[in-house]
Amino acid sequence: MGIETEYGISALGAPDDIDLHPMQLSNHVVKAYGSSAPGRPAGWDYETESPLRDLRGYEVTRGQAHPDQLTDTELGMANLILTNGARLYVDHAHPEYSGPEVTSAIDVVRFDKAGDLVMAIAAQRASQSLGRSVRLYKNNTDGKGASYGTHENYLLSRATPFDRVVTQFTGFLVSRQVISGAGRVGIGQTSQQHGFQLSQRADFFEAEVGLETTLNRPIINTRDEPHADASKHRRLHVITGDANLSEISTYLKVGSASWVLRMIEAGALQADVRVAAPVATMRAISHDVTAQARVTLTGGQTMTAVDLQEVYLHSARAYFETIAAELSEPAQIEAKDVFTRWQDCLDALRRDPFELADQLDWVAKLKLMQSYRDRDSLGWDSPKLALIDLQYADVDSRRSLYAALVGKGKMQTLLSGDEIERARTTPPEDTRAYFRGRVMEKFGGSVVAASWDSVIFDVPDRPALQRIPLLDPLRGTREQVGQMIDSCSDVTELFAALGR
Amino acid sequence: MAESEQSQRKTRRSEDDQEVAEVAPADAAHKAELDSEVDSLLDEIDDVLEVNAEEFVRSFVQKGGQ
Repeated sequence: MGIETEYGISALGAPDDIDLHPMQLSNHVVKAYGSSAPGRPAGWDYETESPLRDLRGYEVTRGQAHPDQLTDTELGMANLILTNGARLYVDHAHPEYSGPEVTSAIDVVRFDKAGDLVMAIAAQRASQSLGRSVRLYKNNTDGKGASYGTHENYLLSRATPFDRVVTQFTGFLVSRQVISGAGRVGIGQTSQQHGFQLSQRADFFEAEVGLETTLNRPIINTRDEPHADASKHRRLHVITGDANLSEISTYLKVGSASWVLRMIEAGALQADVRVAAPVATMRAISHDVTAQARVTLTGGQTMTAVDLQEVYLHSARAYFETIAAELSEPAQIEAKDVFTRWQDCLDALRRDPFELADQLDWVAKLKLMQSYRDRDSLGWDSPKLALIDLQYADVDSRRSLYAALVGKGKMQTLLSGDEIERARTTPPEDTRAYFRGRVMEKFGGSVVAASWDSVIFDVPDRPALQRIPLLDPLRGTREQVGQMIDSCSDVTELFAALGR
Repeated sequence: MAESEQSQRKTRRSEDDQEVAEVAPADAAHKAELDSEVDSLLDEIDDVLEVNAEEFVRSFVQKGGQ
């Protein structure tokens, strides 16, 4: 699994008429990181397009394969692969960081936070090179009608009937905002009503199921590019989530979703969880700051969003007990920790959501804003509250209000700054991202292109480019290839070691 | 019977009063402490907030995304 985030972007200090197009600005940001990062990140080809598959046997000279050129695609947009196995590029006029594939919730958090660090460095470098202050925000809306995504990806067995995902997972996504919401000032896509709501994204969903991600956004997205063996896997692309700053919010968001999906995959969820009107319900839950909004199921039964989350939690716990023996010890420990924290959050939400002000983004934001409202008698239409909403998500720790709360001991974290800094340059060890990240670090100059499921090398004295397929997400781990990569001093030796 | 119940209630109430009397100063101190903590947090945040909130928020306009 993994998370990809499009960051909000702006540049200060120039009149509007000579403003850079946001796509160019994003391009500057990505390039600025590429020119400064250790290990020299090289090119990334558009991964899902089939031309990549035809690349085998295609010849280029070494000159054409120089990394400086490879950071640009045909559209002239920067596109980097990082030594931690992530991808950094320009998507839809935003800089986007797609974290590497990982197998645990804590590693999702680790590499998601590493992405924030990447963006903070990129913004600083771009500010220096442009002579203007470039600001990046880990949020999902400008409050004026535009929304940009934070997408989670989960690998599912191809055998899982998709209609079961639709009928059983929708209620989870609709109700989880009480935990995973990042908080937002303004109600409605253009903030046409004043107020606060739990989620950045809820107002931008208009359909129950579909392929779109930019228009008429569906709660369940049907995009099906597994980036793996398509006969075995499906990649579930979850597009409803908010960009979280809180480590606990991200941890619970993906920890709970991955267990609910495993349970759905196994056909182990028996409870009735079909929500009658998912789109309207999703908004209603987001708009209720007491977190007591009620949900009506298709059978007519009603319960709160918190109750519905508890139905999922109880079922997931029961399912876990049936398969615990098959899991590794760390996986068991993490599962239990996720369930305990999930339950604690639901209990606290029933008593008083403000108990979670040092854990969850939306509560932390609301509490801070409430303090301002009390002190300065501000209405929800106050620009100051909208600024707090925005600046909470500034990636630069000097301005980030989230970082200020952490600094004051008012927000709990799960990882140290050193652990996150390490994840900025070092890949996860237990997926194919390890191979991708390590070859970028050691042999980046010989990598012509890469995708999630392949790396293409230019090997001296070989007339054709060499493509290493990585179709199995769990192959290419440190255990399998770590020593080999360590022992090779150049790409020729690597290919000899690979037996190619 | 009624009298003793009343006196019991009275006794309890006076105990309650005493408890309240004992707790109140600590509570007030605690509340003052919390208030000053919030004040210092808000002051600190005031220092890092962008200067012109209205203009800053107005100019944050994004192109759509996914």
